[in-house]
Amino acid sequence: MTRLHANVHGWLLLLPAVALLALFTHYPALATLWSSFHSTPKGARPAVWVGLDNYRQMVEDPIFWQVVANNAWFALGTIPLSIGLAMVMAIWVNNKLRGQAFLRIAYFTPTVLPMIAVANIWLFFYTPQYGLLEQFTGLFGLPSHNWLGSRDTALAAVIVVTLWKEAGFFMIFYLAALQGLSPALGEAAAIEGAGRWYYFRRVTFPLLMPTTLFVLVNAVINAFRMVDHIVVMTRGGPDNASALLLFHIYEVGFRFWDSAYAAAMTMVLLALLALFAIVQFVVLEKRIHYQ
Amino acid sequence: MIAGQRDQGFARVVETTGAWLLAILWIAPLAYAVWTAFHPGEYSTRFDLTAPLTLENFRNAWAAAPFARYFLNTFVLVTMILAAQFVIGTLAAFAFARYEFAGRDLAFFLVLMQLMVMPDVLIVENYRTMTQLGIVDSIPAIGLPYMASAFGIFLLRQTFKTIPRELDEAARVEGASMLQVLLRVYVPLARPVYVAYGLVSVSYHWNNFLWPLIVTNSVESRPLTVGLQVFSSSDQGIDWSIITAATLMTSGPLLVAFLIFQRQFVQSFMRAGIR
Repeated sequence: MTRLHANVHGWLLLLPAVALLALFTHYPALATLWSSFHSTPKGARPAVWVGLDNYRQMVEDPIFWQVVANNAWFALGTIPLSIGLAMVMAIWVNNKLRGQAFLRIAYFTPTVLPMIAVANIWLFFYTPQYGLLEQFTGLFGLPSHNWLGSRDTALAAVIVVTLWKEAGFFMIFYLAALQGLSPALGEAAAIEGAGRWYYFRRVTFPLLMPTTLFVLVNAVINAFRMVDHIVVMTRGGPDNASALLLFHIYEVGFRFWDSAYAAAMTMVLLALLALFAIVQFVVLEKRIHYQ
Repeated sequence: MIAGQRDQGFARVVETTGAWLLAILWIAPLAYAVWTAFHPGEYSTRFDLTAPLTLENFRNAWAAAPFARYFLNTFVLVTMILAAQFVIGTLAAFAFARYEFAGRDLAFFLVLMQLMVMPDVLIVENYRTMTQLGIVDSIPAIGLPYMASAFGIFLLRQTFKTIPRELDEAARVEGASMLQVLLRVYVPLARPVYVAYGLVSVSYHWNNFLWPLIVTNSVESRPLTVGLQVFSSSDQGIDWSIITAATLMTSGPLLVAFLIFQRQFVQSFMRAGIR
């Protein structure tokens, strides 16, 4: 095969992928940057260059900062807990406890459901007076509470739903890692008389570290791109108490039709995701060195 | 030693109890939904083991919204995306794995960009593009941004690279063209990866919601997830029995497939890593 042939063939094979990626990934990313420096076109009035005006508006917009703070709390509330739960679930499923098959199904099933279905189920679960949660708290004589309709609990209620959906997914990666560990380690520890907690702390946990880093990055990215449940359960309310960044972009872009401002906020989201992706590359490099 | 064993036994009982409590807690919301969907409305919030079972809620939900059409739309969407991803991804991965051409590394970098600049985030500009193409509110408009998948290309490239070159050289000596080599040597050997990637892709796009919500606004193009949302937020008052039945119905096929092919699902998600 000549060099020319290789060049022509190579690029021809690549052409469909490159064309689609250019049209739906690279172009829109650049167009977002471009729009963020322009005004929103309205009717006959075309977009004009406004420099950093959209970004200035963003910095001065209390809702933007609230949404960023919400997203940070959402990330802090979901990530460590879902990772911890995933690790515990994986260890339990891996330990061949009684009813292992049931345990695995119970932990993993929420992962298979569409987020939209999950949100509907939990919406019912949280319903004041009728919902299972209210019936349960009612048994203890606790007063009725609108979990999704109150500023103090809306975000927390949404976090719980995310935990329920994500922990089982991350469990899979820990399960894979655990199955790769040598059983000889456990036997050696048992002969030495090491307790289970000691064994976990000094052996299992450190050996799972590469998996934890991998899961961590994915959990962070999910925390910033998953908003289906917000649309169904709270619509960001009450008073933006549960609005996340991508949901706010959706609202500004498609309910208020302010595409320029939405573009500026999209740039912030893209910058965050790029940062996480860079961390991921570094982490994956490390992961390879471990093995 | 014996005392140690007794401790171990005790620890195991504690662990088993904990594992079961968590599992019951985890399955409870779903079990509650199943209960509500299969019992008459008046039992939706009242537990009574003698309550009569019924399929009435499913029948009502099915009649109240064009779910048959939504199922068809989702099926067409998922199939279209998967077919495109397989073809486009296979060709690109083969180019990256087996051809030396100018600009290959740059092209690979540009492909991988999609892992961080995800279609899920570029909603405003992609909507503008769909408007300019005049295809807003159509099934291809939902699928197009996902058809070239950096993740799929990367996964297949890694797999193709592990296939020994001797195999395709042998086929070449026998007079096979590169395309034949790809179809007869590479694709069959990468089968498990296609299965894994296929399961991940189907479950992702069956469940995808925000972009389809934005880009569709009619029964003819809406997938199940959006149809379910429209149904439960507007068409219906708050008849939870019917909404829950609709919810289970829309996730049913995937759930049943999961229960049957549990092992493959779990292995696929492990193999494919990120979605």
